[in-house]
Amino acid sequence: MTADRQTLLYLYRRLSYIRQAESLLVRLYKEQQMRTPTHFGIGQEAVAVGVCGALRQGDVVYTHHRSHNHYLAQGGDFFALASELYGRSTGCSEGRGGSVHLTARESGFIASSAILGEMVAVAAGSALAFKIDGETRVAVSFFGDATCEEGVFYETLNYAAIHKLPVLLVCENNLYSTESSLSVRQPPGTDLCARARAFGLSALSVDGNDVEAVYNAAEEILQNIRAGVGPTFLECRTYRWLEHVGPNYDHDMGRTYRQRAELEEWMARCPVKRCAAKLMESQAISEQEIARIEADFDAELEAAAAKARQQPFPDASDLFRNVW
Amino acid sequence: MSERNLTYREALSEGLVQAMERDDSIFVTGIAVDYSSGIFGTTSEALRRFGPKRVFDAPAMENALAGIAIGAAAMGKRPVVVHPRADFAFLAMDQLVNLAAKWKYMFAGRAGSLPLVVRAVIGRGWGQGATHSQSLQSIFAHFPGIAVVMPASPGDAKGLTAAALAADHPTVILEYRTLYESTGPVAEDYYREEIGRARTVRIGKDVTIVAASQLVLEAIAAAKTLADMGIDAEIVDPRSIRPLDESAILASVRKTGRLIVADTSWSLCGFASEIAALAAERAFAQLRAPVRRITLPDCPAPVSYKLEEAFYPGAADIVNAAASFFGMAEGKETASNKLVGEFKGPY
Ligand SMILES: Cc1ncc(C[n+]2csc(CCOP(=O)(O)OP(=O)(O)O)c2C)c(N)n1
Repeated sequence: MTADRQTLLYLYRRLSYIRQAESLLVRLYKEQQMRTPTHFGIGQEAVAVGVCGALRQGDVVYTHHRSHNHYLAQGGDFFALASELYGRSTGCSEGRGGSVHLTARESGFIASSAILGEMVAVAAGSALAFKIDGETRVAVSFFGDATCEEGVFYETLNYAAIHKLPVLLVCENNLYSTESSLSVRQPPGTDLCARARAFGLSALSVDGNDVEAVYNAAEEILQNIRAGVGPTFLECRTYRWLEHVGPNYDHDMGRTYRQRAELEEWMARCPVKRCAAKLMESQAISEQEIARIEADFDAELEAAAAKARQQPFPDASDLFRNVW
Repeated sequence: MSERNLTYREALSEGLVQAMERDDSIFVTGIAVDYSSGIFGTTSEALRRFGPKRVFDAPAMENALAGIAIGAAAMGKRPVVVHPRADFAFLAMDQLVNLAAKWKYMFAGRAGSLPLVVRAVIGRGWGQGATHSQSLQSIFAHFPGIAVVMPASPGDAKGLTAAALAADHPTVILEYRTLYESTGPVAEDYYREEIGRARTVRIGKDVTIVAASQLVLEAIAAAKTLADMGIDAEIVDPRSIRPLDESAILASVRKTGRLIVADTSWSLCGFASEIAALAAERAFAQLRAPVRRITLPDCPAPVSYKLEEAFYPGAADIVNAAASFFGMAEGKETASNKLVGEFKGPY
C-alpha cells in the first residue's frame, strides 16, 4: 500500500503546520512567559503525522511528555495548546496540566502523561474496552525508546498479546533518553522489534523521518489490527533536534553528550523538507505553493498564540475544581 | 426493604452482583478473581452470573493492570481490579497515584473521569507476615482525587461497593481479612451508602472511639466492657478515609471531650494521627484529655502466632486507654471479638 498524491499533500500540510507551530512555540518559550517544562518535537513530526494520518474516527491516541506533535497531528487546537503553555484558562487543560498533560478528547487525543510508560498500559486498557465491546476501534500509544526500559512496558506487551488487543504501540526511537545514549541503556545489538516479537506482537521498524513510510506502515498495521491480528509494535527511527527539555540546541548550551555533526546529519534528513522535495519532484506542489502554505500557517499560528497570551489566567477561587 | 443476616463476604458479593446487573460496563479482574475460591467467595457469584467476559483472571502485573483499568475506564468501562493482598498494590501506585487520582483535575475534566474501583484485602489472617497484611489507607488517602473506603460491617460492605461502582472517581475499597466471616443485617435490594459519611455505631457520652475497619468490632467489644466499668463510649466508624466526615468526628469529640483513635496501621503519618490532629486543631477547647492512638506497634508484622498476638491491637487496648482517662487501672482483660480465633488458612 502506498500513499496517493492527495494523501501525501495532506501529510505534507500537517507536517508543515506542526513544524511551524513548534518553531513558533520555541520562539515564544524563550520569552519566559510559558512557565511549563516543554519537550519540543522538532525533527520527529513524521511519526505523529504518518500514524495519526492513518487513523479513523473513533480511534484514540495517548502519548508521553513529548506530546505536541501528536496533539496537533490528531487535530488538537493550537490556540488551546498555546493557552495551556501560557497557563491560561482557555488552555486545553485549563492551566492544570501544562505541556505534558494535554487533552483534545473530541479529536481522539485522549491524554498525555509525563511518567514514562504509563500511557502504554492505558492505551492497552482502552483497546481492551474496544475488544470487550466488539468494536473495530484502535488505541495508539506514542512513546520514546526509554519507555522500552520500563517494567510496565513489558507487562503491557504480555497482556496485549494474551488478549490480542487492538493496540498500536509506536516507539519514537530518537537514540537518547535525556542525555543518556542507547549504549548505556540497552545492550549492544538490541532490537526493540525482536523484544516485542518475543512477547507475541507483530513488529516493524521504519524510517521515522519519512512520513510516507510511516503512513504506509501505519495504514497496513491498522488494517491488520482491525482484522484481529492483535497488538503491533512500530519502531520509528528518528532524532530530536533540540535539547531534551527547552527551546535551545544542545550545542548552544555547551552540552557534549551528542555531537553537532550527528545533529546535522539528521537535519539533512528533515522530515518536512523530504516530503516537500518528494512532492516537488512529482510536480504535485511548487516552491511558491509551499511558501504560501507556510505563510498562511504562520499568520494563523501567530494570531492564535497572540490571542492565547491575552486570555485570563484561571481564577484562584477555582483551585479545587475537578478534584473529584 | 427486607433485611436478613449475611456474612461480610456475601454482602460484598451481593453488592457487586447487583451493581453488575444494573450496569453492563462493570467488569472484574485481578489475580484469582475466577478461581473457585473467588477472593473469599466475593467474586464467585458474579462469575457464575455474568461469565468469564466480565470476571476474568489477570497475570501478576499490578502496574500495567492499573493502567489498563484506567484506559478502559476512560472509554466508559467500570473496571474492578482486585488485589488478594493490598501489599501487591504498591506495584500499582504509579498508575493509581500519578494518573488515576489526577486524571480529572489535570485534564480539567475534559479527558473524562475514571470510574474505576480497586478492591484490596488487608490485615491479619494466619501468619500473613510483613508483606501480606499491610493496611494502605493512609497511603492511598494522602492523595487528592482518590476515595478510600473501609467497610466494617456487611451492610456497609454492600452499600459502599455499590456506591463505588456508581461513583465517577477512582475508589479504593480496603477489606479486612478477618471480617469476611462476620455477620450483620443487610437489605436485600440494591442500595448505596454515601462515600464520605461516617456512621455512629454506638452513642455514648464519656469517650469517643474513632475506629477503622476491623477495629470497629474491637471497639464494640471494648464498649461492652467499658459499660460494665461505668464508662459510656461513643463509637464513630468513619467508613471513608477520603473523603473524611470531619464534622461527624468533631461533633462526637466536642460532646465527649475524650478521643481514642484505633487504626489498623501504624501511627506515624497515619490515619490515627490525622484524626488526632483534627481534634487538636478543631476541638482543642473541648478536649479534656490527651488523644490516645491505638495502632500497630512500630515494627513490621511478624508471623509466629505468639508474636502476632502481641502485635495486633484489640479491644483490651481500647479499654485500657479509655480506663486511663478516668484514672482506672489498666490491664483489664477484655474478650476480643472471636473472629481472629476462628480464622482458617491457608490465606
Ligand atoms: C517514570 C519516569 N522516569 C523518569 C522520568 C524522567 N524523564 C523524563 S523524559 C525522560 C527521557 C525519555 O526518553 P525517551 O523515552 O526516549 O523519550 P524522548 O524524551 O527521547 O522523546 C526521562 C528519563 C520520567 N518522566 N518518568
